[in-house]
Amino acid sequence: MAKKTYIKAITEGIDIALAEDPKTLVFGEDVGKNGGVFRATNGLQEKYGEDRVFSTPLAESGILGLSIGLAVTGWRPVPEIQFSGFIFEALDSIVSQMSRIRFQYNGTKNAPITIRTPYGGGTHTAELHADNFENFVIGVPGLRVVTPSSAYDAKGLIISAIENNDPVVFLENLRLYRSVKGEVPDDKYTVPLDKANVVQEGSDVTIIAYGGEVSEAQKAAKKLAKDNISAEIIDLRSLYPLDTDTIFESIKKTHHVVIVQEAQKQAGVGAEVASAISEGAIMYLDAPITRVAAPNSVYPFPQAENVWIPASKDIEDAVREVVNY
Amino acid sequence: MADAKAVDFAKIKAEEGAAFAKPVQILDNDGKVVNKELMANFTDDQLVDLMKKMVWERALHEQTMSFSQQGRLGFYAPTWGEEASEMGTAAAFKKQDFLFPAYRDLPQLIQHGATVAQMYLWSKGHVKGNLFDARALRPQIIIGAQMVEMAGGALGIKKNGEKDTVAYAYTGEGGSSQGDTYEGMNFAGVFQAPAVFIIQNNGWAISYPRKLQTEAETIAQKGVAAGIPAVQVDGMDVLACYEVAKEAREFAAAGNGPVLIETLTYRFGAHSSAGDDPSRYRTKDEEKPWFDKDPLIRLRKYLTEKKLWSEEEEEKYVAECKDDFKKAMKEADSVEPEKVSDMLKRTFEVPTPDIKEQIKKYEAKESK
Repeated sequence: MAKKTYIKAITEGIDIALAEDPKTLVFGEDVGKNGGVFRATNGLQEKYGEDRVFSTPLAESGILGLSIGLAVTGWRPVPEIQFSGFIFEALDSIVSQMSRIRFQYNGTKNAPITIRTPYGGGTHTAELHADNFENFVIGVPGLRVVTPSSAYDAKGLIISAIENNDPVVFLENLRLYRSVKGEVPDDKYTVPLDKANVVQEGSDVTIIAYGGEVSEAQKAAKKLAKDNISAEIIDLRSLYPLDTDTIFESIKKTHHVVIVQEAQKQAGVGAEVASAISEGAIMYLDAPITRVAAPNSVYPFPQAENVWIPASKDIEDAVREVVNY
Repeated sequence: MADAKAVDFAKIKAEEGAAFAKPVQILDNDGKVVNKELMANFTDDQLVDLMKKMVWERALHEQTMSFSQQGRLGFYAPTWGEEASEMGTAAAFKKQDFLFPAYRDLPQLIQHGATVAQMYLWSKGHVKGNLFDARALRPQIIIGAQMVEMAGGALGIKKNGEKDTVAYAYTGEGGSSQGDTYEGMNFAGVFQAPAVFIIQNNGWAISYPRKLQTEAETIAQKGVAAGIPAVQVDGMDVLACYEVAKEAREFAAAGNGPVLIETLTYRFGAHSSAGDDPSRYRTKDEEKPWFDKDPLIRLRKYLTEKKLWSEEEEEKYVAECKDDFKKAMKEADSVEPEKVSDMLKRTFEVPTPDIKEQIKKYEAKESK
C-alpha cells in the first residue's frame, strides 16, 4: 500500500470503474486529453480511448442532459462539472430530471449517473469556484449526495457511486485534492454510500463534520485533548441519506454534540443533522445542539476566506461552550 | 471623402432569413400538387394512411377535449390544427427510434407505441401513464430539457452501434428560445449524433407571439448556430412534413449528424385545457387564413378527387376512433389509485433508511 493524494485516489477509482464496466463513460469540460483541470481524469483517455473518456463543449446543462440521454440508452455516465459554482446551469437536469427517472417509470428506467464536482474553499479561487452548494441537492428526493474527507474514502466512495444504479452527486473537496494523503490500496474496494465514519473515538463530545472540516475537527480535538476533553469525530461522508444510527450511538455515549459545516449556516446539512438529533436523540443530550458554520453571506472574496471559513479554533470554542454548559 | 464600409449589416440580416424562408410544400391549400416530383414518392395507400392518421389525431383531440371539459382528465395541451406537423413527421420514424416528446406530443407518442389509455393516465397524473411499450421518454414538461436529453440519447444510439436508428424530439417555437435547445443542437452537432430536432412553430407560446420570440426570420436558421442542416416545411401539408422528416431521418441514420426541421403550423384552439383563452391575445383576422390552411381539408380534397377517400368513410372512421377513445378512458378510469408506499419504494433502487421508515409508516396507514 502506498500513500496517495485524495485526487490520485479518485483517479484510481474512476480507472477501476472504467475497466470493470465497458458501459461507463467519463466526460465533461477538459476531462479528455487534458486530464481535467485538476488532473482527476489524468491518463484515462489515453488508456480507454476517446469513445469512453471525452471532453465536451462548454455547457453544463448540455453535459448533464447528455448524461440522461446516455443513461436511458444503456450507458453509465460519470460527468464532471468543472467547479461547483457552475452547477446551477444544470440544476434542472439534476433536480427535475435525473433524480426522478426511477420514480417516474416505476423502476423500468433508471439513471446510473455520478456527477463529480469540486467544491469548498481555502484555495483562493476566483468567484463562484468554491461555493458549498450541497444544501441545494440534499433536499432532492432521488439523489444521493456524498463527499469524502480522506484519500481512502475518496477511492472507495467514487467506485460505490459509479456502481450505484441511481444518480449520485459526488462532491470533491478542492482544498483536500493535494493537501490530503493517505494509505490507499491499489486494488478495488468500496466504501458504502450511506455510512458515516467514526474518525476518532471519544467520550465527552461528538463532533459531526464532513469534507474539509473533518481535518479542522481533528485539529480542534488535539487541542481539546490537552484539557482532557475527549472528542469523538464523525465524518458524515453521506450528506443524504444521513447515517443517524452512527450519530445517535455516539450521542448516547457523549451527551454533547457540535455539528460543523463549511457552508453558510442557513438551511444547510447541519440543520438537517440537528433536527434528526432533536427528533431521535434529544433525550441523551446534556447541552443544546450547537452548529459551527460559515456566516450567512455570499461566499467571500478570496482574501477573506481565512476569516469566513469555519476553522479549528471555532470548533474548539464551540465544544468548550457545549461541554461546560 | 471615402465612405466605404467594411460590412453591410442590413444586407446580411435580410439574407440570413431569406436563405431559410422557403418552406417545402407538396400540396397547396386547395389540394393541388405544387411539387410533382415529390408527389411521385407517395403511393395511394400511403396517402390514405396519412389521411387516416390526421383524422385519427383530430378525433383524438375532439374526444379528449370533451373528456377534459367533463373534468375526467388533468392537463391536456390541444393539438387541433397541428395534425400534419405531428402525424406527418411521426410517420417517418421507426419503432427502434427513440422519441423525446414534449407535453403537446401525445399523438406522436401514441403513434410510437403508447396506448391512448396510457396517455389518459398521463394526463390524469398516474405513474402507469409513463409505462408504455415504446422507446420513448414521457412527455417533457420542462421546455427544452428534451433537447439536451435527446442529444444524449442520439449519442447513446451511436455508441451502441445501432444501425438505422435515430433519436427525435419535439418542441415549439417558444422552446427555441431556451438555452437547452441550442445546447442540444450544438452537442448533437459536435458528436455527429443521429438526432432529428423538430420545432413546431405554431406562432404562439401561450400568449406570446412568434415575432417577439426571436429577431430571426425563421426558426430553421438557428441550425446555422450549431452548424447543422436545417429546413423549413409547410407544417399544414402532411406530405411535405412526412417527406422532409423521412429525409432527415435517413440523413441522420446514415451517420451524417443531426438535422433541424421547423414546421410552420397553427394551433386552432387554446394553449392548454387549463383555462387559456386565445381571444385575449389574438384576433379572428389572424386565425382565418390559418383555418383555410387546415391540413385535413387539403389532403381530403386531393384524395376525394382521386376517389381514394369519401365523407362517409371519414365519418365512419371518426366514429370508430371515438369508440376506441371512450374505451381507453374507461380503461384509464379503472386503474387503481397510487399508494404512497409505492411512490417511496420506487424513489431509489435500494431505499435509504429514512425512506424505509416512511414505507413502514405508510404501509401501516394503507392497510387500515
